[in-house]
Amino acid sequence: MSPSKQPASTSFKAPDSSRLQLDEQGRLRHFLTTEGLSKDTLIEIMDAAESFSSVGNQAVKKVPVLRGKTIVNLFFENSTRTRTTFELAAKRLSADVINLNIATSAAAKGESILDTIRNLEAMHADMFVVRHSDSGAAHFIARHVAPHVSVINAGDGQHAHPTQAMLDMFTIRRVKKQFTNLKVAIIGDILHSRVARSQIHALNTLGAKEVRVIAPKTLLPSDTNSLGVHVYGDLKTGLKGVDVIVMLRLQRERMSGALLPSEHEYFQCFGLTEEKLAYAKPDVMVMHPGPINRGVEMDAAVADGKLSVILQQVANGIAVRMAVMTLTLGPNRTVIDADNY
Amino acid sequence: MQTDLVSIDINAIVDAMADDLASQMKQKGVDKPLMIGVHTGGLWIAEKLHQKLALSKPLGEIDISFYRDDFTRIGLNPKVKPSRMPCDVEGEHIILVDDVLFTGRTVRAALNEIFDYGRPDSVTLVVLVDRGARELPLHADIVGLKLDLSPKKQVKLTGPVPLALETNRID
Repeated sequence: MSPSKQPASTSFKAPDSSRLQLDEQGRLRHFLTTEGLSKDTLIEIMDAAESFSSVGNQAVKKVPVLRGKTIVNLFFENSTRTRTTFELAAKRLSADVINLNIATSAAAKGESILDTIRNLEAMHADMFVVRHSDSGAAHFIARHVAPHVSVINAGDGQHAHPTQAMLDMFTIRRVKKQFTNLKVAIIGDILHSRVARSQIHALNTLGAKEVRVIAPKTLLPSDTNSLGVHVYGDLKTGLKGVDVIVMLRLQRERMSGALLPSEHEYFQCFGLTEEKLAYAKPDVMVMHPGPINRGVEMDAAVADGKLSVILQQVANGIAVRMAVMTLTLGPNRTVIDADNY
Repeated sequence: MQTDLVSIDINAIVDAMADDLASQMKQKGVDKPLMIGVHTGGLWIAEKLHQKLALSKPLGEIDISFYRDDFTRIGLNPKVKPSRMPCDVEGEHIILVDDVLFTGRTVRAALNEIFDYGRPDSVTLVVLVDRGARELPLHADIVGLKLDLSPKKQVKLTGPVPLALETNRID
């Protein structure tokens, strides 16, 4: 199913997500969505990312944790940044990485997803990093892989993009130190954004004081009310007293027709400028998952301004992906005493 | 599991180690070494030594969890801390400090990690306790206390205030 044919209001629910993601000991086995994961698990991911963040400072930017493991980046949909940071994360962990762009590969020849998976398993793959335009694709693969194989969702349709959400949480925690006093505004195309969904679940689990979404009605999903957010239709009102601003990319490639009047008009109402930024708290941090449409979602002056943490997000993305890969692939069954080794 | 406290004066031992270390550094002609403590117990000892010797370069700290040789058996240590190297290790004389020298695997992992930061001119190993039962061909240059324990016994430094040594019997 091509994304444009997908009903715009689809909200993908996987009832067994948490059962599928965790093993019998409650440890991460796959990482598919932030929905249903405990606060402890989210904190564990951020703590591990914190320790991996020093690897980038080494002359040899590598640790031998996943030496000998084979990680397959299975991208059914293009994404340069996400694929690159997953690839770098795997390489910094000393894993072997294979990048498969399925759009130009086996699927084009008519091979089914499961046949592709079975073939890669026969080549002793240990992990699949999956990006797909269909909601639920990573869940589907996770349900069918061999017991030793882990699956990481690198974005599925309009459903979830959990590593992006966790790198955003990690970035927020590094700057603001905690979540409980924070008012966070997510602005823009909530409807098509898997990032927004994953962020909302994570922010609520981590105990953020208030999560707001600011968007035109046409870009809100039908189930907004059940997400635990406050909805604002006006940017200035919505920004009042906010600690964190998360801008979303206008997903022009997923829009079918009349959801927006024009990009120019969108920018007039929902584009972030320095003038509108002044309505938020003076120490507000501005985030964007990239790639930015400058002059559509935000002014260049805001994107490059001193409140922007957009490039820190990219750097943090590598550490968070290293953390998720290590936590899902490591047996991690026994807590060992590091002092007696 | 039976836990016993080893009744020793750790501060006195660390004082003696500091004197030993100072004279060894002098002998080697090293005046500005870079001290690195291994998380967590090694770092406690390193902090004390660093202070006593009044070293000019800031203290480095490493967590060797990512360099362990048993990740595939036990996975990631959930309490892993970030490593902090305050300056370039290239061409430095390193003083590596750990609390307990046992199998030698921690030291092996620490050396690997240090060499991923650069190529030091030398590494001197300082440990509070050498408890024997080595599995790798390594020795310490400065040893605070030698204990002759069966491999079934564990030694653990608790702290940071006060520092104390305990032994456990694993049955």
